[in-house]
Parts: sequence; C-alpha cells; structure tokens
Amino acid sequence: MHELDITRRNFQIDPSLHIWGWEIPVYLFLGGIVAGMMIISGYFLFRERYRDTESASTTLPFLSMVLLSIGMAALFLDLEYKAHVWRMYATFEITSPMSWGSWILLLVYPALFFNMLVRQPRWIERRIPLLERWSARLHRHPAGIKTVGIVNMLLGGMLGIYTGVLLSAFGARPLWNSPLLGLLFLVSGLSSAAALVHLFARSRWESELLAKSDNAFLTLELFLLGLFLLGLLTSARAQQDAALLLLSGVYAPVFWVFVVGIGIVVPLFLQSLAVTHRIAHSAMPPLMVIAGGVILRFVIVQAGQVSHWTRVAGLP
Amino acid sequence: MARYGMVLDTTKCVGCMDCVVACKTENSVPEGFNRDWIVYDTVGAYPTLHMEIRSERCNHCDSPPCVACCPCGASHVHDRGGVVLVHHEKCSGCKACIAACPYDARFIHPDGYADKCTFCIHRVEQGLLPSCVAVCPTRCMHFGDLDDPNSEVHQLLASRRNHPLIPEAGTRPQILYLL
Repeated sequence: MHELDITRRNFQIDPSLHIWGWEIPVYLFLGGIVAGMMIISGYFLFRERYRDTESASTTLPFLSMVLLSIGMAALFLDLEYKAHVWRMYATFEITSPMSWGSWILLLVYPALFFNMLVRQPRWIERRIPLLERWSARLHRHPAGIKTVGIVNMLLGGMLGIYTGVLLSAFGARPLWNSPLLGLLFLVSGLSSAAALVHLFARSRWESELLAKSDNAFLTLELFLLGLFLLGLLTSARAQQDAALLLLSGVYAPVFWVFVVGIGIVVPLFLQSLAVTHRIAHSAMPPLMVIAGGVILRFVIVQAGQVSHWTRVAGLP
Repeated sequence: MARYGMVLDTTKCVGCMDCVVACKTENSVPEGFNRDWIVYDTVGAYPTLHMEIRSERCNHCDSPPCVACCPCGASHVHDRGGVVLVHHEKCSGCKACIAACPYDARFIHPDGYADKCTFCIHRVEQGLLPSCVAVCPTRCMHFGDLDDPNSEVHQLLASRRNHPLIPEAGTRPQILYLL
C-alpha cells in the first residue's frame, strides 16, 4: 500500500490539475486546422491553382485568418491576467514554446494576408479596391507568388508542430512528454484541414485530391497515435499510467469511440470507398474527421493534466 | 554565489502545520490557497506500516522547468541564492509554469498572477530565516547555503541519508528530506 494524504487544496491544482478548460483545446484545434489550411493553400499557390476561379484557394487564406483569430480569442480568454497579454510580445524567451508560438502567430498573419492578396474573395475586392491594385502588382511576379506559397507551407508546418510541442515540453505531465505529439498534432491538423476544404471545394480535381490526401493523413495519424502510445507504454511507470488513462482508464470510452472510431477509422473506411467510386462523396466523413480532431485535443489536454509522476488514483 | 536550500528531518516532523500558518500569515497568502502544505506518506501493509510526514513547498529547483517555459520572463531565478521567484507585474497568468511544475507547487493568485513559495527572500535578505523554519516547534526544518561546507544544511546532508522529491523529473530540487 502507498497512500498520500495532502493538506493542500489549491484551486485548479487539487485533487488533480485542471488549469486548462475548453479554451486551450479549442485554440490547439483551430491552430492545427489553420496550420493544415496554410500547407494546403501554400501547395495550391505552388501548383498555380489560383488561376482556376473555382479553386478553394480563393477562400482558404481569409477563412484561416478568421479561424486563427477565434483560436487566439480563446487563448486570450484563458489568460488569468488579461491586461498583461502584451507581456508575451515584450520579450522572446528562447526556451519557452509558448513564446515561440506567440511570435510564430505574429508571422502567420502577414503570410496569410499575402496569400489572400493572390486571389481574394470578390466581396473583399469590392469593398477594398486598394487590395486589387496590390494583387495586380503581386501577379506581375509569379516567382513572388510561389515564394508566398512556400512561406505559407513552412509557417503552417511550424504552427502545426508548435501546437503539439506546447504540451510535449511539459516534462511534469507524462502523457504530454512525447516528441511525437508535435507530429501527431500537425498530421491531425492536416487531416482536419483537408476535410474542411473538401466540404466546400467546388473544383472536382481539388475535391478528389483532398479526399485522397485526407485518407493518407488519417492513416498516418493512426500510425502516429499508435507509436505515441507505444512510446509511453514502453517507458517508466508514470508514462505507462498516462497511456492507460487513454487505453483503459476514465478517458478510454471517449478516446476509442470518438477519437479512434468516429474520428479516424470510420471516415477513413468511408472515404476509401468514395475515392474508389464505390459510394458517392458525402459530407459525413469530413465532419467526422473534424469532430475527431476537436475531441483529440480535448482528450489529450484533459488526460494530460490528470497524468502525474506520482501514482494516478484509480489505476491498478 | 550561495545556493539556498532547505533540509527537513522527517523523523522529527509531527505535521503540526505551524509552518503552514506562519507562511500564510507572513506572506498574506489568500484564503483557500497554500504556499506550503503537509504530506502524510504511508507505505507498507498493516501492521508494518511506515509513515513519513513532510512539510512541502516549491523546491526552488536548480533546473526549474517553470522558468524555462515562462513566455513573459516573469518566472526567474533570483541573483541571491538561486531562489525561483515570479515578477508579478510581468506575469500574464498563462499557467504554463503551473503545468510545468511536477510538484504542483504553484497556483494562480486571485489577482491573476502565478504565486508560490519565495523562501521568504524578503526575510532572508535581512538575515532572518524563512517564516516556516523560524516557527517550527520541533526544529525539523533547516535553511542555508547548500554549497557552504560549514553550513548546517550541508553538514546534515553529508551525515544523514536523504532524498529529494520526484528526482526522476530531472529538476534537481533544492529541498531535501532526511530519513
């Protein structure tokens, strides 16, 4: 028997850590999906998809800015000392992933703005004629447009990985402390982004490409999720306990049903049938992928806060 | 440079919580929060049980993850004695430091900033002991420079078996418990 009785009852700390509620998972999901959208839209710029008026690349950068702003609003709501939000930009702390993230986010907006300039939505063009002139100037330099595409892909990759590294840098929380978490969140962001763009893509070429690439992302995500759990299970007792929280503990039903089942396996199966033309494309698989992406962040953030170096109550 | 640390004799501590009350009084710790606390750690099977009573607080780690992860530069290592402190006016309340601490020693003060034990640095700089050490009725708590061979804490560690908390977290705590 090993029993710990602690007289401390600090708010948000005891009986188990619960400092982060819905705001951080929502921020991590939106950051991840925007990262995926930047990589996809950067690729579309590279492939000169902007010449096709039906291309989703017209909508992607603006939608990314809106979603990222909602994510940053959620992050702001999570701060306990909101008036000091500017303090994040008064310094650059090289060892702090959160500091890296703050500055990466600041670079993402101009990259998305230039991406939008290539072919902005008509309603923006009508309201701000100045943008059309800047856009025309940008179109005189095709190499410049490709550079915007490359910068978007690079920053998208950094943003996607950062959403995972933010958590994996916390050695105090065994569930999060895996180098695979950055890659897992990047690929999950890519699969959610491909699913979202697939939902509103009008071009048949893009629709097919996104469904096929989403299948590849989902397969890779399943593989990374397996490696992530295997890494924990073959580590020390604290890491094994952390993995058991997802595999057979209190988070297991949500993890298996919503993250693995509805979020990855079922849409992967349905989309595999759709891309081989055995069933028609429908909105259901992309919606399931997006829901799975949201729930993955919630499960990892919540279970990670419960995981600890000392024994977790309720485990054998 | 000094390296302040604390040595606690678990064979003398009775868990009276005087240290907890002294800290709350000295530092005006808000109601419902603690900068230090008591842990009753029981191991074994009846009737051969072993109980260790510990007064715990921030470990002022030599490799503090709370300082490394702070995006605002609010969490820092003080020039004097390597004490880990928080600049309240720089803190944005992002809670990264709380997530980074394996000892769950930090909390958010009702005014919005991260708060924790300071080793009563305001007293130490005046040549006084931290309030928890000063009031301990069993004299189980010792404070001083761990690097000074003549200090009481150094000599206790050299002569008695001791252990830090969660050494596997790799933070190199500056609080050690005598067995």
